[in-house]
Amino acid sequence: MEKKLIYMDNAATTPVKPEVLEAMLPYFTEKFGNPSSIYSISSETKKAITDAREVIARTINTTPENIYFTAGGSESDNWALKAAADAYESKGKHIITTKIEHHAILHTCEYLEKKGFEVTYLDVDENGLVKPDELRAAIRPDTILISVMFANNEIGTIEPVAEIGEIAHEHGVLFHTDAVQAYTQVPIDVEAMNIDMLSASGHKINGPKGIGFLYIRKGVKIRSFVHGGAQERHRRAGTENVAGIIGLAKAAELATANLKERTEAERKVRDHLISRIEKEIPYAKLNGDRTKRLPNNVNFSFRFIEGESMLILLDGKGICASSGSACTSGSLDPSHVLLAIGLPHEIAHGSLRLTISDDTTMEDADFVVDNLKEIVGHLREMSPLYEDFIKKEA
Amino acid sequence: MYSEKVMDHFQNPRNVGEIEDASGVGTVGNAKCGDIMRMYLDIDENQVIRDCKFKTFGCGAAVATSSMATELVKGKTVQEALSVTNKAVMEALDGLPPVKVHCSLLAEEAIHAALWDYAEKHNIKIEGLEKPKNDISEGEEEEDY
Repeated sequence: MEKKLIYMDNAATTPVKPEVLEAMLPYFTEKFGNPSSIYSISSETKKAITDAREVIARTINTTPENIYFTAGGSESDNWALKAAADAYESKGKHIITTKIEHHAILHTCEYLEKKGFEVTYLDVDENGLVKPDELRAAIRPDTILISVMFANNEIGTIEPVAEIGEIAHEHGVLFHTDAVQAYTQVPIDVEAMNIDMLSASGHKINGPKGIGFLYIRKGVKIRSFVHGGAQERHRRAGTENVAGIIGLAKAAELATANLKERTEAERKVRDHLISRIEKEIPYAKLNGDRTKRLPNNVNFSFRFIEGESMLILLDGKGICASSGSACTSGSLDPSHVLLAIGLPHEIAHGSLRLTISDDTTMEDADFVVDNLKEIVGHLREMSPLYEDFIKKEA
Repeated sequence: MYSEKVMDHFQNPRNVGEIEDASGVGTVGNAKCGDIMRMYLDIDENQVIRDCKFKTFGCGAAVATSSMATELVKGKTVQEALSVTNKAVMEALDGLPPVKVHCSLLAEEAIHAALWDYAEKHNIKIEGLEKPKNDISEGEEEEDY
């Protein structure tokens, strides 16, 4: 019997939905015209891009001229930070972000620090939440930008974005949010939430890889990211990734249309996973906030064991998951997010992230917990830390 | 990313466990970095390693190198065991990815630490054996939920 694949790494990437692929395919072949040309096959692709932009704009309650297509989340983050720094340098050189951002934000901030900007990295509480009071206290007269992620990619914590937006707005500081994980998992309204810039990606929402967008509120001074042709209102030149744009819009449309029912179903499976793991596996700690949490995210630390070993053994059972252990990050340090919420190194090494989709069934969840129990037990039997702990307890 | 031999020794590790009243026990590594190895040696009066067991906290490569190291020293004399290097462990596993080479070094250190413990307990000197660095940070991992 062929082993069933249980994919629980949807925060890493997702498969393209068949409807999305179907919508994209004509734009590789018969509808190949360059949108900037004037003949009729091109006006068709141009129209398709216009429609796609409208679809995307509606999903976050803005207008199409504020949507700029990019190559994905990392590019959107880079653009937002570098261009804002560039455009507002004369006002000040201070940026506020958090310790738990994605590397696309953190490494861009480090780059900007080398260019003479000052960056405040806000702490988060033990659940990964930014404390609005600390944000307020960090704002200075020369603060030009606040960048706080909408929801964390590792522990799934949803930040108080509306409150952060309000604080930024009160102080006249630009507010950017990396919504790569939150987009279509949580309702987003850039007007109500005072968001000035927002990054999103296609491949996290069952769309294609290599496409994303940056929302930039009208009136925000943002320099061009790619110089060249007139595409994306001159701000990001280059012939459009037409099929990608069509795929992104289709995926966003589908995911927004069923957001409520889909995330409700995900939440049920998520909570089932969490409750079974908490009941059945001792010395396990849920990472992230219990309620302010992405509907598809489960993240646990299992004491006395290491994450990579867990992943290999899960893979042996056909289960795809991820971990914040050092061995999976390519460095000696475990995930910066797990350290920021205060986990000691050795416990951060034993973390496991399961990110589900609406395709994940209760049976899948049970299969994963059944195997996980066995794997954690097996690795603990092998662990000198567990041996010491048990001897101490005895 | 791992060779078949590494996968085999990770998935079916040899000699996992403890030895009661072991002739020598050595623990090396650091929970902070994500690897801890503990080796138990049972050594007879002719200084031959009768049995060897291990416990390891760490990644796939850490478990596989521990397992292979126990296989390589079993049945050897103390002096022979001392010359089981990390290179020998790696070769026996058909190689390791570059970022995992430190795991094989840890396996070599674990053997040395267990031999050192044996030598100390039995008041003997093993030619060429140096006091191992023990960088286990005691007590640091205590954090109760």
